[in-house]
Amino acid sequence: MTVAVPTTLDEAVRLFAAEPSAMLLAGGTDAMVEINDGHRRPGGLVIALNRVSDLRTWRHDAERRTLTIGAGVTYSELMQEPIATLAPALADASRTVGSPQIRNAGTLGGNLGTCSPAGDGLPVLSALGAQVRIVSAAGERAASVDDVMVGVKRTSLKPGEMIAEIVLPVLDGWQGYAKVGVRNAMVIAIASACLVVDTDARQLSIALGSVGPTIVRCPEAERQLAAAVDWAALSVPSDALDEFVGLVSSASRPITDHRSTADYRRHAVGVLAKRLARRAFTAGERRS
Amino acid sequence: MNNELFTLRVNGIDYEVSDSWLGESLLDVLRDRIGLMGSKGACTQGECGSCSVMVDDVLVCSCLVMGASAIDQNIITIEGVAPVGTPSDVQQAFVDAGAVQCGFCTPGLVMAVHDLLKRRGRPTETEIREELAGNVCRCTGYGRIVDAVERVSVQRRGNSQEESS
Ligand SMILES: Cc1cc2nc3c(=O)[nH]c(=O)nc-3n(C[C@H](O)[C@H](O)[C@H](O)COP(=O)(O)OP(=O)(O)OC[C@H]3O[C@@H](n4cnc5c(N)ncnc54)[C@H](O)[C@@H]3O)c2cc1C
Repeated sequence: MTVAVPTTLDEAVRLFAAEPSAMLLAGGTDAMVEINDGHRRPGGLVIALNRVSDLRTWRHDAERRTLTIGAGVTYSELMQEPIATLAPALADASRTVGSPQIRNAGTLGGNLGTCSPAGDGLPVLSALGAQVRIVSAAGERAASVDDVMVGVKRTSLKPGEMIAEIVLPVLDGWQGYAKVGVRNAMVIAIASACLVVDTDARQLSIALGSVGPTIVRCPEAERQLAAAVDWAALSVPSDALDEFVGLVSSASRPITDHRSTADYRRHAVGVLAKRLARRAFTAGERRS
Repeated sequence: MNNELFTLRVNGIDYEVSDSWLGESLLDVLRDRIGLMGSKGACTQGECGSCSVMVDDVLVCSCLVMGASAIDQNIITIEGVAPVGTPSDVQQAFVDAGAVQCGFCTPGLVMAVHDLLKRRGRPTETEIREELAGNVCRCTGYGRIVDAVERVSVQRRGNSQEESS
């Protein structure tokens, strides 16, 4: 077994190309748990990414209105300004992850690499329509985050490919993330939701976590609520909110497992969606 | 590139590590290879915080760091916080407030509290509890730990006022 600690992306990609079965290690907060438990036992090459400076930076392009985040940026970094203002839902989600120790080590790229339906960063990336920049020795490609997430802990990354950056739009409009778990801190989501409002486009998107094999989008609910919103007043009739909750719950595909039941998850995700929508829009009179 | 043998810089001292399995955690390397027993191992899943150390000034769980990947970094463990016999203000406050019972969680908590007070000079009780969510204590019920943090916070502010007046 060998542990490589490259400092540039080129070097990391070259190492990975020479040994596509190598294991990538970012913050280690998922990978080391598996190794400590004996569920994963790296035998060949491990490529540690936490010293690759290209992966640990982010940049804001004010003209294109994008925020590009390196795969190795940690939750603690995502909670800080100006990222917290440019991508408020991502900062919200980051605050709910684990503990300071976990947020200091855990990265956005690792969250996507693991691709757990409970990954707190993932509903945000999906709701924002994030583009993922993927690099390999063959070059680079871009994919939408929804296309990268293909199943429970399964991505569409091919051997030798690594996540380099995640590109998010910087939008005008309210956005936020909410999750329920069995306690307030250090908890894996039983259900979660991210709502993103784009006031310029008069559109909104909602993505759900922990209620399906991957992150669940709710196109019907999105269209219904966007059509019901009074975009000048940023308000929404309360019966339209109830309808929205119903559509969100029925879009979810939860299972029963050791953390919760399918019924509770379906209910909880609707409650979260309503809370988020209430924060985004003032709930007005019922429609007559 | 084969690093069967690697060197870690812990508390300012270079330790050559050999005969370890390269996949093992920094916690195991610290305890079993280097012989620094201050960092504790309980859950080995990042849940309990008893293995907390600073790596390049960042508080992490050493059980979730692959030891061989921490080369060329500055690792500070509880042994590096203060020389034996001259406790840091946080350590002393833990004693004074009765925040130590069985003592198992204490090294990790002391690391976490030093880090917390570096980032927030005047934390509220809620902030203290939230910031220490990654450190589990099964004895104290946390009240005295919160008390210890508040003592240090007050004490440090007093000291800095004295200095500036
Ligand atoms: C105590 C504890 C609490 C936690 N709480 C939460 C929580 O509240 N919410 C949450 O979402 N998660 C939580 N997690 C899980 C974990 O912290 C996150 O999923 C984190 O984002 C993983 O990132 P990492 O950098 O540590 O990844 P690693 O563990 O280093 O890697 C994870 C996976 O991604 C792959 N990978 C890493 N980087 C790349 C890359 N650039 N390209 C391709 N593949 C890559 C790795 O090969 C590995 O398979 C918790 C974990 C622990 C131990």
